[in-house]
Amino acid sequence: MPKYTMWVSAQKDPASGWFLGALALVFIAMPVLSLVVPPSSFIHLSVYGLTLIGKYLCYAVLALAIDLIWGYCGILSLGQAAFFSLGGYAMGMYLMRQIGTRGVYGNPVLPDFMVFIGWKSLPWFWYGFNHFWFAMPMVVIVPGLLAFAFGWFAFRSRVTGVYLSIITQALTYALMLAFFRNDMGFGGNNGFTDFKDILGFDLHSDRVHLVLLEITVLALAGSYVACRMIVSSRAGRVLHAIRDAESRTRFLGYRVESFKLWVFVFSAVLAGIAGALYVPQIGIINPSEFAPINSIEAVIWVAVGGRGTLYGAVAGAVLVNYAKTYFTTALPEAWYYALGTLFVLVTIFLPRGIIGLLRGRTRQERKERLRIKADVAEPSRK
Amino acid sequence: MTVRGKTLHLEKLTVSFDGFKALNELTLDVTPGELRCVIGPNGAGKTTMMDVITGKTRPDSGTAQFGPELNLLAMSEPEIAQAGIGRKFQKPTVFEQLTVSENLELALAGNKSFLHTLLARITPAQQSRIYQVLEIIGLEEQHQAPARILSHGQKQWLEIGMLLMQEPELLLVDEPVAGMTPQEIERTARLLQSLAGEHSVVVVEHDMDFVRSIAKRVTVLHEGRVLAEGDMDQVQNDPRVIEVYLGA
Repeated sequence: MPKYTMWVSAQKDPASGWFLGALALVFIAMPVLSLVVPPSSFIHLSVYGLTLIGKYLCYAVLALAIDLIWGYCGILSLGQAAFFSLGGYAMGMYLMRQIGTRGVYGNPVLPDFMVFIGWKSLPWFWYGFNHFWFAMPMVVIVPGLLAFAFGWFAFRSRVTGVYLSIITQALTYALMLAFFRNDMGFGGNNGFTDFKDILGFDLHSDRVHLVLLEITVLALAGSYVACRMIVSSRAGRVLHAIRDAESRTRFLGYRVESFKLWVFVFSAVLAGIAGALYVPQIGIINPSEFAPINSIEAVIWVAVGGRGTLYGAVAGAVLVNYAKTYFTTALPEAWYYALGTLFVLVTIFLPRGIIGLLRGRTRQERKERLRIKADVAEPSRK
Repeated sequence: MTVRGKTLHLEKLTVSFDGFKALNELTLDVTPGELRCVIGPNGAGKTTMMDVITGKTRPDSGTAQFGPELNLLAMSEPEIAQAGIGRKFQKPTVFEQLTVSENLELALAGNKSFLHTLLARITPAQQSRIYQVLEIIGLEEQHQAPARILSHGQKQWLEIGMLLMQEPELLLVDEPVAGMTPQEIERTARLLQSLAGEHSVVVVEHDMDFVRSIAKRVTVLHEGRVLAEGDMDQVQNDPRVIEVYLGA
């Protein structure tokens, strides 16, 4: 009997240790490379470098959110960047209100774009966003609520597979069109920009960028741990089961739609947090963030990295975006061709992504093969 | 033997698909602890009957009661599963990527809400239940192997094991021995016989030798209704059954 008690705790996972160790290293290295190393040095990190890394890591959180629902539960959302953008807009609204009288029109309450289109007073949905304590919960509540409402209808009606992908795509497209309109009250196609400060700290200062980056590293680590806890719990095994045989799971007595709904909401919340970290570092948010191509690109990061591993999603997000940074400077018009080719190649040759390639055949699988061989060699065992 | 459990009572169930009557006023009772075999030619309504009992298909008319209180027709699929009716499908559908133990864990009876499963830890009692079932289905050795590497017969047993984890009162078993080797069939027969008594078991099967080896009571379905019922010899000598099986 005792040997059977091992299997639950046997899911120890050295890969997570390595991953979190690497993040800790990044956390320590960033201030060293940007503050201690002299600017003349080759390895010095300029504010440009900090911003770039910050961007990659925000995307990494978004990739985690996608891997959680796609890699583990089989929900292929092609609209997850919508929740990222909503989180970003919530943060942007706070940052806009911080500008105050320093705007072009010097209006203490109304952001510039509202004055410009002739609005006299702040619309009700902007109330409260001048407070950090109000705006931060909104970063998770707004995407969470939208995901809840959307998921409630989609999963109850048992919309799955490609149909779900299409309506998520429609969701983000509809939001893009809505946010493009000036009279929505979110700055139309210009969105929000020209931010001044956050909690009184100057957003143009290198040190503030460093702190934002460090917070992003912590958020990535936290998101990773939360996702890992979900997927290694019994609920995680139910998600697995739903992915592989949905109706079978239902016959076991699990309410499949409620599992899908909660994990979808959690994913949207993570995406919202990623967006909120993205906006102050990049300094702009506009409706093009809702463009369907953004969500599709994010899915490609996960596929390239290797889905269903979490760290693969992070690796994919960082590597593909690094490649994008490189390509869009070197050969801007070739980028989307390169991305498309990459996606096709990965789908055909590396179904488990880069991580699958690196790991090769896992120890577990090698053991399985041996076991099968043993079974064949000794068929009368049972 | 003390028999727990409820009687399954189907009365005048009719299901039609585009005018074709898959079930035609089917009436059937299964008493607690019974091992019942249901046979019949293709299209006799065997699978449709299972579908109605488990809530997958809604009948046009008729009633389906589980015990005096539970009206199966008003319950959803998960509710029926929770109420103690477990079903094994024709094609074994175990969760291939999960291990044998994890498959059994997922089938554990108990609270199956998202929040509960998020925080759930295996209790010693559940652990020993999993161990017990591993022994019953003879997969102790493979408990940590992913289900995808099991042989066809082993997958069928795992699936029966998953049913047992739910501690069902009624087991519906659809073609358990299709594609099995003779040794596997024999083991399956012993397994199902050991389960009857503590559970009611309904087996749908084509393999006549298998049915003969396990059945005490056999129901023959034909064109959506019960053609004959009795022990194997009675049924096999019934002229109507012979006519249906051999053609007039």
